[in-house]
Amino acid sequence: MKIIVCVSIVPDSTTKVKISENGRSIDSSDVSYILNPYDEFAVEEALKLKEKNGGEVIAVAYGTDRSKEALKKSFQMGADKGVLIKSADDNFDSYTVAKNLSEYIKDQNADVILFGKQSIDFDGLLVPSMVSEILNLPCISVVVKLEIDNGKVKAEREIEGGKEIVESSLPVIIGAQKGLNEPRYPNLKSIMAAKSKPIEEVSNFYSGNKADIIDMKLPPAKSGGKIFTNGKEDIPELVRLLREEAKVI
Amino acid sequence: MSNKILAFIESKDGKFKNSAFEVITEALKIAEDSGSELEVLTIGSGLESEINELSVYGAKKIKIVDLNILNKKYDGGEIKYSPSAYAKVISEIAKNAEANIIILSATSLGKDLVGRIAVKTDSAVFNDCIDIKLSDGKLTASRPVYAGKSIIDINSSSEKIVMTLRPNVFKPEKTENSSIETENTDIENLGISGSDFSTVVTDVIVSNEKLDVAEADKIVSGGRGLRGPENFNLIEDLAGSIGAATGASRAVVDAGWRPHSEQVGQTGKTVSPSLYIACGISGAIQHLAGMSSSKCIVAINKDKDAPIFQIADYGIVGDVFDIVPSLTEEFKKVLSN
Repeated sequence: MKIIVCVSIVPDSTTKVKISENGRSIDSSDVSYILNPYDEFAVEEALKLKEKNGGEVIAVAYGTDRSKEALKKSFQMGADKGVLIKSADDNFDSYTVAKNLSEYIKDQNADVILFGKQSIDFDGLLVPSMVSEILNLPCISVVVKLEIDNGKVKAEREIEGGKEIVESSLPVIIGAQKGLNEPRYPNLKSIMAAKSKPIEEVSNFYSGNKADIIDMKLPPAKSGGKIFTNGKEDIPELVRLLREEAKVI
Repeated sequence: MSNKILAFIESKDGKFKNSAFEVITEALKIAEDSGSELEVLTIGSGLESEINELSVYGAKKIKIVDLNILNKKYDGGEIKYSPSAYAKVISEIAKNAEANIIILSATSLGKDLVGRIAVKTDSAVFNDCIDIKLSDGKLTASRPVYAGKSIIDINSSSEKIVMTLRPNVFKPEKTENSSIETENTDIENLGISGSDFSTVVTDVIVSNEKLDVAEADKIVSGGRGLRGPENFNLIEDLAGSIGAATGASRAVVDAGWRPHSEQVGQTGKTVSPSLYIACGISGAIQHLAGMSSSKCIVAINKDKDAPIFQIADYGIVGDVFDIVPSLTEEFKKVLSN
């Protein structure tokens, strides 16, 4: 089974965002970049599929050299190969990412193409479904359970207040949600092995963002909250304020 | 600027979702500001008796694609939903109507469809919008990124745009009651075939009857301060007293006390309810990111220096085991009067 897992880097979730001087992106100077947390579920699922069915796991990233971090972490978890499609800069939208990934994926004859359901920076959930339309492949997003048997795909997809049972066939695109599996921690052996795995670099296939960021700002700061310190005694006053001042009860 | 806007609205169990009215209200505003015509589209069955609900919000024309007829194009048995087929239907109807702007809600379904529709119609995506402005015929949308740690304004040079609206942000507004024209849309000329059903939903499992945090107008969340899963009945009782959904911090979800579907924050759900009550949650930056855009935030924590108090509108410094049950009683008392 040939498995592609598409990975990306994001600022660590503890990052306090600062806006850069251009006013359209974050100041990345003090930011530590990590493998997108949802991509860990995708890599883990790819490795499990390989363990069950044989084959290989190819991690693919689109971005600048910084994105190699995502491939290195994928190697440490156990991916066999890594491919970086090199972007000219950091200014790309979901459509550009989807176009570049699609261009690479289309000739690979992969059986399963996994993604994290979304990256935790722009939270779009767009790339897997865009790739599916560009390549005319089925796609199941927000997947918490995946079964592949004889070319048939059965998945559970998380929705508001429940789950959908989704059926499809191979080749398939999957967007992994937390709960799909427990991502493995790289051990010393796999970390050492990762060091000798080369990253194949591929040049950019497509440029041409469809949407442009024209401004980025911090959300309005809150201040002057009413904080009570007398415990239970303050509850009637709190409830009165919620009803009469905030008008939310 | 387009002279047609297509709004896609959702129903559940034979009723339109609240997000449907949000979408209609905002789409109507954009239509009026730009001198465009609004068409509303839904896919479903048995909605006839609910159509008048839409006219209350100013919709004048609704196209209905009968789900049962759509399903006949699929030869694998009865299905509940198919993202591939829905995306095709919406895209083809938009093309036929020459609608350059398509608006959906950023629900599970809307998020599933928007990327597909964008590729099929060659549109730019403005997703998860919290504000939309129109000036000189050009749309600018605001949306949170980094789970709300910052907000971006986006526009596009593309003529065609498909956008999703974050649920619970745009308030439905009733208008003068007008009549509504219903069109049962014939799908025969849309070119739908079996191959459009490459992904199908055969069943839906309702895991609980409770409201999901992503859709709730009020949320009560619990964190590590609850000390164990057995104490979350306090959170459920408080939520129950005001009709709120229950949420949770990442720490308690990772510990297995609560399901991931309840997690609020950067690796969970980003929410903007009118009331958010955080109980025993200290306020890690990734949690604050997911809920700081809530309109009214109430924090209950025994640590007066907890970061959650810095973004709270109201707070009580105290033990959750002491405060939460009393707050539940007080809510019950005032709401029964």
